[in-house]
Amino acid sequence: MPEDLLRALAPQVLGALLRRYGAGQFDLCEDAVQEALLAAHEQWPTRGYPDDPAAWLITVAGRRLIDRIRSEKRRHDRELKHASLAHPLAQQAALATDDSVQVLKLCCHPALSPAAQVALTLRAVAGLTTAQIAHAYLLPETTVAQRITRAKARIREAGAAFPAATSAEDRVTPVLTVLYLMFNEGHTATTGRAVHDVELSGEAIRLARIVCAELPEHGEAAGLLALMLLTDARRAARTTPSGALIRLDEQDRSLWNQAAIAEGVAILECTLPGRRPSPYLLQASIAALHDEAPNTSETDWPQILVLYKLLERETRNPVVTLNRAVAEAMVHGPAAGLAIVEELTASKLQTDLSRLMAVRAHLLEQSGDRQAAIEAYHSAARATASTPEHDYLLGRARSLVESG
Amino acid sequence: MKYLILMQVDPSAFDSLTAEEQTAIGTGHQAFIEQITASGEMLSTHALGDPTQTTTIRGTGGKPEVIDGPFAETKEFMGGYYLIDVESKERAIELAQLIPDAGIKGLSLEIRPVMFSGGANM
Repeated sequence: MPEDLLRALAPQVLGALLRRYGAGQFDLCEDAVQEALLAAHEQWPTRGYPDDPAAWLITVAGRRLIDRIRSEKRRHDRELKHASLAHPLAQQAALATDDSVQVLKLCCHPALSPAAQVALTLRAVAGLTTAQIAHAYLLPETTVAQRITRAKARIREAGAAFPAATSAEDRVTPVLTVLYLMFNEGHTATTGRAVHDVELSGEAIRLARIVCAELPEHGEAAGLLALMLLTDARRAARTTPSGALIRLDEQDRSLWNQAAIAEGVAILECTLPGRRPSPYLLQASIAALHDEAPNTSETDWPQILVLYKLLERETRNPVVTLNRAVAEAMVHGPAAGLAIVEELTASKLQTDLSRLMAVRAHLLEQSGDRQAAIEAYHSAARATASTPEHDYLLGRARSLVESG
Repeated sequence: MKYLILMQVDPSAFDSLTAEEQTAIGTGHQAFIEQITASGEMLSTHALGDPTQTTTIRGTGGKPEVIDGPFAETKEFMGGYYLIDVESKERAIELAQLIPDAGIKGLSLEIRPVMFSGGANM
């Protein structure tokens, strides 16, 4: 699998270049790595695979980097001398095992906007081309290219160091946030026709595995990987072949990926003991309870409610409160859930309005208030910018009208 | 998130501007395009021809009716649009206010979220 190998090596090759030339040359180094990957793509299948693919890539990327520096005359003579070919890179730069995470941290630099962090991570760490990223996000290639160029310039301006001067665990939080964002974008696809893009969710899981492998003691990294696996396990059951959404309680659970569930649960089982219940671990635990239940009525809702309360205390996030309303309704009846929804509406806390309205509609339906539920589904459909969600909510309203 | 910024134009308001003011609008748009291209938020923009050049197709339930000109009832016309990709609705609102039209009486901007995209240059 040369494609997979190339993409796995991409951040390590970039790491080796950054170690030698510094994060100040991040933009040139990253371009050089992309060119080396392209060269490997073209040459390896016809000329045969090198014995040491990483060393080959580092050598080629190093040469391209120097070519660039020379031809563009961007730097001073001092740097040209520094970049001399007299010392071939491959012999000097051993691959450092934690370089992938170091490159990830650089791409998730706080000076960048979340969209820029994700785009740069997909290119520099996941080894995707600008065209692939543009396709995944349904954006023009020029827009993505511009974002990446600007992000690289920002990192240079911020004077980032490589490797980061701080400890390995430091600044992992923004990395996890970016991976979660990437996963969710792939999983829910906020705009457009397709509900999930296998590529983005798969990339986020792949990168989370790298982080976990290099930081095995990091509870939240393990929690995020488990959460992604346990959520992605339901992917095949989440939509109809035509792309319509299927609610959790109506999904065909035989389609759930048991291997992914087993892996997610296993990660939780060896991570949870003796650890403070942190946000990703809590969310993963909730996902595991859903995944292990044979159906909605046999789901351990009291336990889920407890976990949401803990999560709410940890995060103070109104989205969590909204999820707690659903659990509350399952344990104490729809009226209890609706009371929380009304509180949230009155509090005017920043929350996803369409989701708030959708939950309200579901709870009204559960409580048997058919007319109010129909109206609530219509309002929720108007508030969402996701086509599958819009169609789903209107479908619920229609079936209530027909059943009346 | 993608948003469409619709530029609504009242032709009489535009016609009453001085030549200088009209030129300032042009350069203002150019500066705006440069700014959002550099920030990676620009997807595309198009300016439309005069409303008198409109052809209207009216659904009748059978064979559609083809009429020269816009709906007679309308006073404001869509003059063009910007398609942007931004972090939040707040950012879309912030950007729209930088468009020169926002500073001219009789012109207005409408911001709508995009639900579906297709085509070669999304």
